Amino acid sequence: MIWDWDYALEVLPKLLDALIVTVQAALVGFVIALVLGMLIALARRSGRLWLSVPVGALAEFIRSTPLLVQLYFLFFVLPGFGIQTSPFITGVIGLGVHYATYTAEVYRAGLDAVPRGQWEAAWALDFSPLHTFRSIILPQALPPVVPVLGNYLIAIFKDTPLLSAITVLEMMQVAKIEGSETFQYLEPLTIVGLLFLIVSLISAVLIGRLENHLGVLRRI
Amino acid sequence: MSNPSPAQVATPDLDMSRTMPSGAKPMIRFSGICKAFGSLVVLDDLDLDIAPAEKVALIGPSGSGKSTLLRVLMTLERPDKGSIEIDGAPLWHMPKNGGLVPADGRHLREMRKNVGMVFQQFNLFPHMSVLRNVTEAPVHVLGIDKDEADARARDLLDMVGLRDKVNHYPAQLSGGQQQRVAIARALAMRPRVMLFDEVTSALDPETVGEVLSVIRDLAHEHNLTMLMVTHQMGFAREFADRVCFFYQGRILEQGPPDRLFNDPQNERTQAFLRAVLES
Repeated sequence: MIWDWDYALEVLPKLLDALIVTVQAALVGFVIALVLGMLIALARRSGRLWLSVPVGALAEFIRSTPLLVQLYFLFFVLPGFGIQTSPFITGVIGLGVHYATYTAEVYRAGLDAVPRGQWEAAWALDFSPLHTFRSIILPQALPPVVPVLGNYLIAIFKDTPLLSAITVLEMMQVAKIEGSETFQYLEPLTIVGLLFLIVSLISAVLIGRLENHLGVLRRI
Repeated sequence: MSNPSPAQVATPDLDMSRTMPSGAKPMIRFSGICKAFGSLVVLDDLDLDIAPAEKVALIGPSGSGKSTLLRVLMTLERPDKGSIEIDGAPLWHMPKNGGLVPADGRHLREMRKNVGMVFQQFNLFPHMSVLRNVTEAPVHVLGIDKDEADARARDLLDMVGLRDKVNHYPAQLSGGQQQRVAIARALAMRPRVMLFDEVTSALDPETVGEVLSVIRDLAHEHNLTMLMVTHQMGFAREFADRVCFFYQGRILEQGPPDRLFNDPQNERTQAFLRAVLES
């Protein structure tokens, strides 16, 4: 098998188009994971058992089952209940919900690391629960967990090829289609690998910078 | 809200034979307070009256319930039994349909405004400047205008000797300086009762003095009711109108510092004082 430069250059633009879809799916999925993860973390910390127990059980269930199974479930089973969306939206929701169960654990660790004295001082000063959480607790809980959250962004990004299973036209799906038409898989798949590598490296650098920035903020 | 007669407020030399100045309505009244953590009884049917503007030192071995009493008054712990009144109003209960029912969050928040607390571990907000630590609650809880809160915070920080540190962050300050900021932060809410929970126990020995001197000034200049849990017997003697000796969740002995320190009646008090004064 010999590397065919002409063919590589021919498929590159299509793969770059698909890269945009991949990045979009990863970013939207990540945003869902960030928001939903916080809600799950808060629900599990809640003293109300009717809330914390079912949410905890559901989160454990989602975290303990494969993302691919969940994607198939959303894609093939939900339409049977009359819920119909595009493959992209289905995939993004699948990614986001799956990873929310992980980010929830990250938030939990961050919240647990805030000393109890901070809650007590806020209580003694009569802050409302919302103000305590938003202005006292979160600013201390989040910076230490930013690197871990960043790693989950990269993990989500690397899981986007699973969306090809439900016909989303992300990079992997496009590469497979191209390969199946020409029976030349080497070039498209290699390019896909390289593009994943490049984007992951860029993300890692950006996360590192954000981390440094927050570290500086914490030290002043 | 009661209006203490001038006589009560301006009586620095209390009748030392009584637990509280005669005729004064108590600022704080603990009645039959019980608190247990699991099988460990921390407060055992405790009664205590505190007069307006009285300075009371709580001493005793660790685990004897002193800190828990402060925490129950700060509403950080809920008592298992008993009642607390601040200036005649129930703290953990509220009136409803002619009776008393357990207080809801709103009632507790309202009552908590009377009380400020300084903690052993300072508990300053590490992500906020010194100034913002002091202004955050007045602005967001009391709704005071930001400029006014700033001006008042600067005055308070001046009072505790930290005018030049307003823009520093807690991590840049020594323990003693952090604790003085914490005192200013609590005072900024204009509480009528201030609680000090072993506020010098986490400090380096050389910074204990600066914190005690701030508390001493407060005791002299302000009409605050002050409760202080302390292991500094020398300071308790000079600061307090009354010293209460705690043992196993009860007050075994109380009285003016001169009497309690020079002539303790109870065996346990004698043993405790011997132990702490020898060390």
